Amino acid sequence: MRIPLSWLREFAQVPADATAEDVMAELVKVGFEEEAVHRPTDELKGPIVVGQVLSLVKEPQSNGKTINWCQVRVVPEGQEQTLTGKGIDPSGVQGIICGAHNFVEGDKVVVTLPGAVLPGDFHISARKTYGHLSAGMIASVRELGIGEDHDGILVLSRIGLDPEIGTDAMTLLGLYDEAAEINVTPDRGYAFSIRGVAREYAHATGTVFTDPAAKVNAPAALSGGYGVKLNDDAPIYGKPGCDRFVARTVRGVDATRPTPPWMVSRLRLAGIRSISLPVDISNYVMLELGQPNHCYDLDKLSGDIVVRRAVAGEKITTLDDKVRALDVEDLLITDDSGAIGIAGVMGGANTEVSDSTTNILVEAAHFDEVSIGRSRRRHKLPSEASKRFERGVDWQVANVAAQRVVDLLVELAGGTADEAGTDVGTAPDAVTIELPAGYAASRIGIDFTEEQITGSLKDLGAIVLKDEVGGSYVVTAPSWRNDLETKEDLSEEIARLFGYDNIPATLPVAPPGRGLTRTQQQKRRVVQALADAGLTEVLSYPFVSKSANDTFGVAEEGAARTALKLANPISEEHGYLRTSVLPGLIEVARRNHSRGFRDLALFEAGSVFLPDGQLGTASIPPLGVKPSDEVLDGLYDGVPDQPLHIAAVLTGHDSPAAAAHTPRAWDWADALDIARLVGDVLGVELVVRQGSHQAFHPGRAAQLALRSGDVVGYAGELHPKLLAAHDMPARSVALELNADALFDAAPDVIVAKHISGFPVATQDVALVVPQDVPADAVLAALREGAGELLEDVALFDVYAGQGIEDGKKSLAFGLRFRATDRTLTADEASEAREAAVAVAAERFGAVQR
Amino acid sequence: MTDTLPGAAIPNPLDEAAITAAVEDAVAAIAAASSLEELKAVRLAHTGEKSPLSLANREIGSLPKEQKAAAGKLMGSSRGRVNQALAARTAVLEAENDARILVEETVDVTAAPRRRRAGARHPLSTLQDRVADIFVGMGWEIAEGPEVESEWFNFDALNFKPDHPAREMQDTFFVEPPEAHLLMRTHTSPVQVRSMLEREVPIYVLCPGKVFRTDELDATHTPVFHQFEGLAIDKKLSMADLRGTLEHFARQMFGDEAQIRLRPNYFPFTEPSAELDIWHPGAKGGPRWIEWGGCGMVNPNVLRAAGIDPDEYSGFAFGMGIERTLMFRNEVGDMRDMIEGDVRFSEHFGMEI
Repeated sequence: MRIPLSWLREFAQVPADATAEDVMAELVKVGFEEEAVHRPTDELKGPIVVGQVLSLVKEPQSNGKTINWCQVRVVPEGQEQTLTGKGIDPSGVQGIICGAHNFVEGDKVVVTLPGAVLPGDFHISARKTYGHLSAGMIASVRELGIGEDHDGILVLSRIGLDPEIGTDAMTLLGLYDEAAEINVTPDRGYAFSIRGVAREYAHATGTVFTDPAAKVNAPAALSGGYGVKLNDDAPIYGKPGCDRFVARTVRGVDATRPTPPWMVSRLRLAGIRSISLPVDISNYVMLELGQPNHCYDLDKLSGDIVVRRAVAGEKITTLDDKVRALDVEDLLITDDSGAIGIAGVMGGANTEVSDSTTNILVEAAHFDEVSIGRSRRRHKLPSEASKRFERGVDWQVANVAAQRVVDLLVELAGGTADEAGTDVGTAPDAVTIELPAGYAASRIGIDFTEEQITGSLKDLGAIVLKDEVGGSYVVTAPSWRNDLETKEDLSEEIARLFGYDNIPATLPVAPPGRGLTRTQQQKRRVVQALADAGLTEVLSYPFVSKSANDTFGVAEEGAARTALKLANPISEEHGYLRTSVLPGLIEVARRNHSRGFRDLALFEAGSVFLPDGQLGTASIPPLGVKPSDEVLDGLYDGVPDQPLHIAAVLTGHDSPAAAAHTPRAWDWADALDIARLVGDVLGVELVVRQGSHQAFHPGRAAQLALRSGDVVGYAGELHPKLLAAHDMPARSVALELNADALFDAAPDVIVAKHISGFPVATQDVALVVPQDVPADAVLAALREGAGELLEDVALFDVYAGQGIEDGKKSLAFGLRFRATDRTLTADEASEAREAAVAVAAERFGAVQR
Repeated sequence: MTDTLPGAAIPNPLDEAAITAAVEDAVAAIAAASSLEELKAVRLAHTGEKSPLSLANREIGSLPKEQKAAAGKLMGSSRGRVNQALAARTAVLEAENDARILVEETVDVTAAPRRRRAGARHPLSTLQDRVADIFVGMGWEIAEGPEVESEWFNFDALNFKPDHPAREMQDTFFVEPPEAHLLMRTHTSPVQVRSMLEREVPIYVLCPGKVFRTDELDATHTPVFHQFEGLAIDKKLSMADLRGTLEHFARQMFGDEAQIRLRPNYFPFTEPSAELDIWHPGAKGGPRWIEWGGCGMVNPNVLRAAGIDPDEYSGFAFGMGIERTLMFRNEVGDMRDMIEGDVRFSEHFGMEI
């Protein structure tokens, strides 16, 4: 909401020297955030005066253009020029070159004299042009920054003005005024008006408010006016779409009269363009009183006005000349010809006022917030009217606003008001709220006195009675405050007017807490461990393409990944929620590559979205009531599984190249190593198998599982085709783990192992096995066969080639034996080794080299 | 150095002057040796088998018995002197040698390579942990919830009326199909509702997490961002308790000088509601109030939706943006820096904020 200060001053005691900033600093105290300042003089500086064209000589130019060489009087005849400065002629007559042709000798115009500055930092000075010294400019509204019209210069008689020569044109055009723009929260419809903001300014400053509604002399009752029927046969939530309709008629209007500059100026500062006098008046009254209203061309109406819901298939051509198909829930203003307006949203084109309009029907009605909001959304027609109706308009102000429009049409457009008028509808019941005596104090933490409570509520416009028996206040909210419904609402108002700055600070003590949960600690530990291991944490968006989910979210090629789709994504291409963290990481890797960083180790811990089974609920329970357990279970179950995944992508080398240091290229084993690190910090053993996942190299992918057999992720080299398609360096590697599954698998208690102090006996063994036998399987066989004397076994060499049969490989293992109760003999160790080899031989045909 | 040539005169072991001369000779040669190699040669020349002193010593055997003692004494002390001089010189030269080797091994430490990659946390993630730690220190617990959420938890339970403009102001991402009433949470407040349903009162929880709004990414907006919201439900909590909690938190976060300001505002889930500003003495362009978040007393309808009796319990809630906090606390000028994943951004912070 933009508040021209001159307008605010009519109803609130704003100091004469207060700026828009000063006004905003007051309003912020009562809850209106500062948005912007609109001040023409920030861009516009005088001298800018009224001049009269004394003579105008047309001078054709060689380029085909004709320019006007004008003599313009800028000081009344017989008076002296009091302005001084370079280019200002002491005679009071300026010679000015002008290219526009829409004026004649004798016209009064706006002259920007040398020294003036126009919007766009355009400095006016006397300069030689077309063979003359042009000392100033005859201005158009566009050049003054007050309109779009650039057809020609501003001739003052055409906007109804005949000021004295030499008058300060900036005063004349209201250019010293300024507006404060504030943000109005959606609960406070009443503040979308000068009336509402002036009242709030008075609250903020403790000064006197003059109600603009009280200045209008509206009749107590109206009758005999234009026929209006309220026929809502399908109210929403039981509330009639229209519960008041005031109609007034004004005849003999001259719709072509110019709108007075003060009104144009205030509308412009409020952000509304001047259209025509009747429309400007309508908008002016809406801004002043907060009541949207509409002017119909009375002669284009046929028959009674009926407010009703649309019928199936009905259409309307709105003011913007668009044909709109109506929904049966749309509330309409209709006459015998059909729809003439979507109530509270936009009027129809057929009954619009035009230059030829002479008789006007003024509508000021009260509509249901929900109904207007739905129509506005349905037709995507946000308007100044719908904005106010949706948030709530004062039911009581309708006839006042209609009277104000009528008065202005009479005063400014030369019309005559009919005595008769229409006012139909039923006032809603006043809202009465019981406020227990100590309630506001306990909610705010301030011991308000009775005077403070009743005083601030009365300032708001409420009626306050004290129930002497129960000790409560009985408060009737003012008609414009549809947001006041509960004792909490009243507590806020009391605190707001008292000033939030006066609320003291006390620190409540929470009961003994349990610290971070185990899962929260586990997540922190993993993330920190990965960073400590040299990886860089990044956070990517969860929005991905369907193909990214189909590639990364499912191991088997061709199997479609079930994923959640957004109804309104930012980009259609990334319209799905991720089922894998890798696509986002690859995108981040690419961005870093394009910025010159090719050696990367990135990781992210983030949710993935895995719909499975029930998706949401068909309906949702109402607000303000705890749903039944069954309904709650339904809500919980309908929310899809969203486990935490941890993924990493490594490209290029493990460290920067440096003197005396050769960086190592990341390879598949690094991906596996990092996955194992995650398992290690959680105390979870990851079982590694030769894996197969379409996003990975078919021969260089490890499937990672828990001891239970549940697959929890993959690690290895990304598929070369995929890397090429994503413009990623060859041999880039990646891993992804379901962190939640790992957290669950972590042991609750770790049972200590006995540490033996007896000497170790080590034995090495080299086994020749077929190429396709996984080393891990041989190792497991050795461990099994060696028995309990085996303390540890590790693979230390893999060899194939000379001396080894084709299709076979040699795996060398180091076995470490130790007993808990004695020193082992060499024979005992050898025996255990032979037992280990026997199992490997039996299982894989392993032969000792 | 004195060379002892074959056939040179063998000093008489009883000739004190000759023996002393030989000793002096040896000691001078030892002192003159400038390296361990030279010293070795000197040692051979003056204590070797063919050295004058060794040869003289050998002569003792052929002396008459009564002269042997005197000769032995003279030769013993003389050879002792030489050996002592040798040992001392050896120690000096060895020390010099050791020192030289160390000098020769000097490297240019400024040319050292970084062999280990330095990892980094994302500052949003680090900051989130720090905020959580402050509240855990106050006895609060950390609550989490799903990012795709039921509309009821995100709106209705929080007292957003179905047709109220406030619902639209949240710029919500909806999940298909619309009949499922699922959306991406627009704030972490649904976690508050879940906490109230799942926990016993009194409740003191902090709910950090990712939230989503349909804003295009630019210097000050992002469709995915992070919040932390606090919720306290207890008997007799007032707005003064809210202010006290926020003040304490602000001081933990920004130092003892931190100040906060509350301004009236509107949220469907709180009544009264307030906007929270923080005084930023070190703000770029001079000290000023910075909008930090929203807060208020929990609306009774929210308590009712969670089955908590608003006549018995009251509560307060607050919420701030992590991105916003990072932007003014650490002078991040552009939202995109936090989003794009440029490694320079995270690596600059390392493990700290």
